[in-house]
Amino acid sequence: MLIAIAAIRMRDLFGVVILFGVYSLLTAVLFMDLDAVDVAFTEAAVGAGVTTVLLLSSLRLTGRWEAPPKHNPLFSLLVVGVTGAALVYATLDAPLLGDPTAPVHKHVAPRYLQEAAGEVGMPNIVTAVLASYRGYDTFGETLVVFTAGLAVLLLLGFQEKGNPRIETSAIQEQVVLKVVVKLLIPLILLYALYVQFHGDFGAGGGFQAGVIFATGFILYDMVFGAGNARSVMPAAWLPRLAALGVLIYGGVGVYSMLAGKAFLDYSALSSDPVHGQHLGVLLVELGVGITVFSIVLAIFYALSGRRRQS
Amino acid sequence: MNEIPGLFNYWVVVFLMMAGFYVVISQGNLVKKLVGLGLFQASVFILYITMGNLSGGQAPIVTEGIFIYSNPLPHVLILTAIVVGVATTAVGLALIIRIHEAYGSVEEDEIHALDTADDEARLKEGAGRGESSE
Repeated sequence: MLIAIAAIRMRDLFGVVILFGVYSLLTAVLFMDLDAVDVAFTEAAVGAGVTTVLLLSSLRLTGRWEAPPKHNPLFSLLVVGVTGAALVYATLDAPLLGDPTAPVHKHVAPRYLQEAAGEVGMPNIVTAVLASYRGYDTFGETLVVFTAGLAVLLLLGFQEKGNPRIETSAIQEQVVLKVVVKLLIPLILLYALYVQFHGDFGAGGGFQAGVIFATGFILYDMVFGAGNARSVMPAAWLPRLAALGVLIYGGVGVYSMLAGKAFLDYSALSSDPVHGQHLGVLLVELGVGITVFSIVLAIFYALSGRRRQS
Repeated sequence: MNEIPGLFNYWVVVFLMMAGFYVVISQGNLVKKLVGLGLFQASVFILYITMGNLSGGQAPIVTEGIFIYSNPLPHVLILTAIVVGVATTAVGLALIIRIHEAYGSVEEDEIHALDTADDEARLKEGAGRGESSE
């Protein structure tokens, strides 16, 4: 909370962004405390990592300092105060924290918790619900990520043409940093793969793995200069990879339809329904991971490539 | 009095939400507005996860000997929402960068001023020729 206030008061946008990253990390800790390990994982990787990098690279383009405020803040404070008071009044009727009789625990959740292990055959219920029971939602969300990535690329340009230039920057003089990063990157990528394929059993899954995998490339790009990461993973591949991820996801659905079951009914994938579910979730998570990875990296390329043009 | 700890999380959510709301409506800088939206968004995440929590519960990964788990459904919703959130934030940033290239500024007031000046110039031009120049 205090960090949020500090972030509002600061006019140095660089500081604001860093504080926002800290705020995300604290939120992740709070999620952990509330038993939401998967969410904490995602928030730590996405909120504290990728969002900060993206905000910083666009700050490079738009300038660091904010103009002093011209309006009187009293009116907005009044609006905010009244809305906040109304919301606090509404919470007085809300169920208490951890109350097992709250309506949210009454509907489908108990069924998921009791049946998921038997029906989908994986201990991590979050993954089971994400990829199997609510497969339509997740498909939609993957498509949203895909569309958002395309929108960014359309706004900022695809940059498929031209050889990437290897540039030198001040950060490249840092020998210690380079050595450490060199050691870290294989571990990051390996960890991402572990998160991707172990998501059935522990916390993790395609969304987190894609982000972590992209983080490895972003780190490489930042420390070893723009252009190096592009020669490993050309920017032109990324939109295609993203489309491939969506295609894998959709393809699993179409395949199960062709096999005579409903769209995204994974039990069609194998003679044993539980095994089919397992396979389906694995494939779908792979599609999600590929899409998220390539979109995050494409967005980073687009933002950082813009810096070099202007 | 025993309602206070149970409701405290909701009040944190309301506070953070209002902080984000305040930034969005009162600050002129577009990047900061996006950060405000992020604050608002994070507060909604906390609200959902708070609702999914269960006292005495464990993380929803089936293990021997544990019978109370947190509600997995809010976790799923928020997990995807976070990733979608970063993607939409990136779209916002891309728009801001284009605005910066077109106007040379990311301050709302300056952009409005430039727009108004542009409109007036166009109006004068249109009045001179007796038609709107679009």
